[in-house]
Amino acid sequence: MTTATDTPPRAGAAAPAVRRRSARRRLVPYWLLLPGVLWLLVFFALPMVYQASTSVQTGSLEEGFRVTWHFPTYWEALRDYHPQFAKTLLYAGTATLLCLLLGYPLAYLIAFRAGRWRHVLLVLVIAPFFTSFLIRTLAWKTILADGGAVVGALDALHVLDVTGRLGWTEGDRVLATPLAVICGLTYNFLPFMILPLYTSLERIDGRLHEAARDLYASPAATFRKVTLPLSMPGVVSGTLLTFIPASGDYVNAELLGSTDTKMIGNVIQGQFLRVLDYPTAAALSFLLMAVVLVTVTVYIRRAGTEDLV
Amino acid sequence: MPTYSFEEYTQVTHVMHDDAAVAGKDRHRTIPGDRQPAARPAARPLRKAQRMEQYEPDSLSAAQRAAMRRSLTNGRAALTRRSLLRASGALALGGLAGLSGCGIPPARREGQGPAPTDHSAAEKRVAFSNWTQYIDLSEDEKRRPTLEAFTRRTGIAVTYTEDINDNVEFFGKIKPQLAAGQDTGRDLICVTDWLAARIIRLGWAQKLDPANLPTAYANLAPQFRRPDWDPGRAHSYPWTGISTVIAYNAKATGGRRVDSVTQLLDDPRLKGRVAFLSEMRDTVGMTLLDMGKDPGKVTAADYDAAIGRLRKGVETRQIRRFTGNDYTADLGKGDLAACLAWAGDLIQLQADNPDVKFAIPAAGYLTSTDDLLVPAGARHKTNAERLIDYYYEPPVAARLAAYINYVCPVEGVRGELARIDPAMAANTLILPDRATAAKSHAFRSLDSAEETAFEEKFAKLIGA
Repeated sequence: MTTATDTPPRAGAAAPAVRRRSARRRLVPYWLLLPGVLWLLVFFALPMVYQASTSVQTGSLEEGFRVTWHFPTYWEALRDYHPQFAKTLLYAGTATLLCLLLGYPLAYLIAFRAGRWRHVLLVLVIAPFFTSFLIRTLAWKTILADGGAVVGALDALHVLDVTGRLGWTEGDRVLATPLAVICGLTYNFLPFMILPLYTSLERIDGRLHEAARDLYASPAATFRKVTLPLSMPGVVSGTLLTFIPASGDYVNAELLGSTDTKMIGNVIQGQFLRVLDYPTAAALSFLLMAVVLVTVTVYIRRAGTEDLV
Repeated sequence: MPTYSFEEYTQVTHVMHDDAAVAGKDRHRTIPGDRQPAARPAARPLRKAQRMEQYEPDSLSAAQRAAMRRSLTNGRAALTRRSLLRASGALALGGLAGLSGCGIPPARREGQGPAPTDHSAAEKRVAFSNWTQYIDLSEDEKRRPTLEAFTRRTGIAVTYTEDINDNVEFFGKIKPQLAAGQDTGRDLICVTDWLAARIIRLGWAQKLDPANLPTAYANLAPQFRRPDWDPGRAHSYPWTGISTVIAYNAKATGGRRVDSVTQLLDDPRLKGRVAFLSEMRDTVGMTLLDMGKDPGKVTAADYDAAIGRLRKGVETRQIRRFTGNDYTADLGKGDLAACLAWAGDLIQLQADNPDVKFAIPAAGYLTSTDDLLVPAGARHKTNAERLIDYYYEPPVAARLAAYINYVCPVEGVRGELARIDPAMAANTLILPDRATAAKSHAFRSLDSAEETAFEEKFAKLIGA
């Protein structure tokens, strides 16, 4: 491995060669970083700067937009669209919670109880990704169709009375209500919750459970004191991977929702494509980012885990 | 019995991880305890060790494992909350610095500029972008007979792409290239009239040469001859006409006919099963007609009144959704009892589902067109013009209309269409008779400021 052995020993030539080698070696990490940094620069940093600039411009499509440092756009966007922000947080938060409640037992089962079925089950978790996001969402329109089997069953069990009173459904239908949007979000983002949970549960040493049993911990105490704390990194990264994209999603609200279930993503899309008000669209994007960042920061502080992986 | 309780054991007395002395020893692990050191001072020295709780694979040496652990949890590269926040802060600051350098230049091109060179003679091809399912197909759905016949006759190869699904999205897609004065790679595009009007207004469409369009000029139906947004059809020719009418699923309405916007908005028996279109001009235009106003002369006050009427429908939950083409599936299933619909879709839908009916309101209905344009920068304008002209030959137009069922903008196709299917030639949705045509109205063209204001109000109405 050393340079001295693979360069022929010529007087006066060996020392500079070693130096060149080691200089090159010092550069290696930077070369390795280069693709990632370039990627981030071109596809993240530059668009961010561009959007930030757009958000403080004024003008129209025909006259062009100029940077006038018009910050009131932010205030106006917030004033006009705060209900959609609230709905976004509510729907994405509820969907994340449902994902956690559904995903944790599933990940636990796959990690500890599945035995040789583990890999099959993992593939099943990922399997929906083999079809298009749109097709999967449209399938929910058929599943939740008015007078369909699911809605009929929910109605017969009087579930719809309860959800109707909460304002989640309307009369005897589920489609075009908040519940449909939340179901769609939960379904579409569930794998993003399960996979990190599984990873962190899977690397818990089984002997810790044995040790807990040896120390007369009840199964509940074992879960509370051993499994849950050790899986916290998975819980945190799972909730982040679910909540952040769910709050930017607009497909579910568009296809499964109605006029009053629109999320902020729909507003941004409308402002950008339909109204052609690029500054408001950009300002809304930044406000969404700020809201998500604040929510996530508060959450991570409360979750009390320092590690994100 | 152990001397310590489970709690005490996990929090206080468990073995510390000793990085230096692990070699050769069996693994030591720490069970994490309660995470509130303040309440139990004894736990404090353990804090660092508590972070080292991950499972390490056996194949690594003890030293390697220790290094990996350090790098993940407390090295410079550790991905922690703090480092993440610090990094985002730095990014935000750096971004602010670059802000003022940007801006979006005016979209309008002053004058027409030098006409792009036409390569039609040298390059015998034309690239045509159209909506999905908007051209005739052969029985096996593999070939496009009218396009193939065009190529056989003229030797011009057609690259036909179905890449238009939505007007606003398509505009967003081609806008950057057109604004920069570049070729979009398309010689002919098909967009709805209001977008065609915008593209022409912005100077992004090439002027057509009437000398290359003798058939189209002669055969264009009179009702399409004088749009206020393109006098004399200098830039555009219609591909199809679109009639916006009311559709209902007779099974879902219990056999009742639905034939007015008033009924859509006020009939309590349709509550929650009514949809309007997400195209602003169709929805507002039909509402205006119902209120006795002419969408061809709409004022801001009329517009606000129509929006107010629709808003009431949204607030009382009478209106379920504002839809694009996807109303067809919902109407077929009966999730929607009645809605605004495009006539061409209805003829196809009725073939599959006899419950679907349509009605032309007594107050009138809205017509629009999908128009063919040659975008600025296109390299094969003459070839594109020859293609337009070809589709205005009655036999070709009849074949197209018989397949896609939209309003045919070509005069003199009735005989040709009757030869393909007599029922179709009699269908007033494809070939409107005088009485039907008299009820049709078009939405007037809007200037840029009006369009933005109207679209913004409409966007607020539909919640996006």
